[in-house]
Amino acid sequence: MSLTRLLAVARKEVVQILRDSRSLLIVILMPAILVVLFGYGVNLDLKGMPVYVYDQDGSQQSQDLLKHFQASRYFSIANVVDGYSELSRALDDGHAKIGIVIPWDFSQRLRDGRPVVVQALVDASDDNTANVLMGYLQAVVQGYSAQVQIDWLRQHGLAIQPASMSVETRTWYNEDLESSAFIIPGILALVMSVIGAFLTSLTIAREWERGTMEQLISTPVGAMEIMLGKLAPYFVLGMFDTVVSAVIAIYWFQVPFRGSWVTLMTASALFMVVVLSMGFFISVLAKTQFAASQIALLITFLPAFLLSGFLFSIEQMPIALQWITRVLPARYYVSVLKKIFLKGTPAPMLLEELIPLAIFAFALTLVATRSFHKKLD
Amino acid sequence: MADIACSVEVTKLVKRFGDFVAVDRIDLEVRKGEVFGFLGPNGAGKSTTIRMLCGLLKPTSGRAQVAGFDVSQRPEAVRQNIGYMSQKFSLYNDLTVIENLRLFAGLYSVPAKLLRARIEWALTMAKLKGQENLITGTLPGGWKQRLALGCAVLHKPPVIFLDEPTSGVDPITRRQFWDLIHQMAEAGVTVFVTTHYMEEAEYCNRLALIFRGRIVALGTPSELKRDFMKGELLLVECEPLGDAVEALQSAPGVMDAAVFGNALHLVVGDAGHAVPQLKEYLARRGIAVSRMEKIRPSLEDVFVSLTTGRETAEERKP
Repeated sequence: MSLTRLLAVARKEVVQILRDSRSLLIVILMPAILVVLFGYGVNLDLKGMPVYVYDQDGSQQSQDLLKHFQASRYFSIANVVDGYSELSRALDDGHAKIGIVIPWDFSQRLRDGRPVVVQALVDASDDNTANVLMGYLQAVVQGYSAQVQIDWLRQHGLAIQPASMSVETRTWYNEDLESSAFIIPGILALVMSVIGAFLTSLTIAREWERGTMEQLISTPVGAMEIMLGKLAPYFVLGMFDTVVSAVIAIYWFQVPFRGSWVTLMTASALFMVVVLSMGFFISVLAKTQFAASQIALLITFLPAFLLSGFLFSIEQMPIALQWITRVLPARYYVSVLKKIFLKGTPAPMLLEELIPLAIFAFALTLVATRSFHKKLD
Repeated sequence: MADIACSVEVTKLVKRFGDFVAVDRIDLEVRKGEVFGFLGPNGAGKSTTIRMLCGLLKPTSGRAQVAGFDVSQRPEAVRQNIGYMSQKFSLYNDLTVIENLRLFAGLYSVPAKLLRARIEWALTMAKLKGQENLITGTLPGGWKQRLALGCAVLHKPPVIFLDEPTSGVDPITRRQFWDLIHQMAEAGVTVFVTTHYMEEAEYCNRLALIFRGRIVALGTPSELKRDFMKGELLLVECEPLGDAVEALQSAPGVMDAAVFGNALHLVVGDAGHAVPQLKEYLARRGIAVSRMEKIRPSLEDVFVSLTTGRETAEERKP
């Protein structure tokens, strides 16, 4: 191992990165773009869902019910219509997520103390949203129903104080139930997958493709020196982008950050070693830039996106998929990120994730160094 | 490294890719300070041989020593003592001239106190002084090749391997490049160079002709012309050329007939005997001969004569 040779390779790599406007652009803009994209674009919160109302009754009581809807943060009455056809058109073209039909005998039945049914048409093209909305609908209608019963009893002289039961909830870690606080920390895993695996897989495959690798390996430079020299600049870039992403998350999107920076950077460094080794290994096998970049996206970016718990919680995945996530380094990193940001979990309590990450880092580095030979065949 | 007579010593070297034998039991020796040419058509095994000698490919069997080190056992020692220029230009096009030189100086561990002087020397040699900050990719072909040579010799290696260094550059640039090669050799550097330009072969001290993975001839250019030409060579100018070539291929005493420019080269056993016979043979077929005389063979003639013999011999095998 010679430091002179290692530095010669690293210096050359830095000059190439600085001179290649495309990769430089990816390095500088990608963290900001991803964080902003997911920070603003992906919102799993249901707020102010548009409701169209067809009120056949038009009474004081039906207006009361609608006020209950309007008071809820989840619904917003967008329009009042005069017929079914307008209602179904609004659902068809997406102007309404929910259509509520209040029957013509709504107030009459309430006065008579007879059961009454309010119809709700729900756009269930997104089943998850529809499920959540139906829950909220039930809650609003039941709340109103309880009030109606109490009023009825009171009017009939039975002014008893009904015993009420309720749950007093406190949401911890993500007090405001903002989905951005849940999502944004995980973006760091995406950023590092792109920098670590995607960019590095390009840089080494490029050397094979252009024939410069042949010249390089005809010199006394060692395989280890080539690998470390080429990866060191990307390690620095990856860590830099981690800090940039974290700063945007904390100061722009107000994501709570309760843990320590040292723990964050340690976990990030481990994950960076993992993705760099994967990128290096891929490029050694693929030897063309196109193949390498495709494989890198497929085995690092996609799992980090879909299976790491970044967007979709692992507990809700089918058992088979849950098992698969266990061999994904991104899963452990995303878990660490969420705990550091939202819970402020100290390092000793993160060993469950940090140890697997360290094992991955060690094993993949070993695989990467073994895969690269200074031979053309 | 101190005192070895041979810079390159190859014994029964074989390289197989699957079923294909790219290099077939070749033997050769290159003496110190020699310009050794490795001549052959594309695909004959030139690059494969040179890559084995530089430790880039693992020999299937056989032995090769370069600068006193075995290429299979001490590849890193070999690499420190050689300079290599691959067939395809393979410096970094997105680096400047000086950045490429600094990179290779680093890779060859040129000591810091010699660095400036070595780079200066390489720039002068490659006639690139004042062009240090140009982006390599924008340089003309000949400049790139000189820069590649400069990068390969920064550490003053005793042996340099040049794989078709002049392919794709114009004849004047080619000539200048060969002047550089001879300068190196005069300074005591051993130069192992491959080419498929026959006229370049004449600039070498010694040559090996390689064909289908085998060395078919080895010696100085004049030895090759003297020893490996079976028979004597006749130059024939006649009209019409096409008919003449066809007729002569089956003429008695003619071993080979081939078109060279606007004339024919014939290989015959004894020129004195054949000339009157062939003149009459052609006259009978209505072919007008304006000139027919014995000439000194060029390396190309030697090569054609050696390889056509082998081709037909191999085709005759069942």
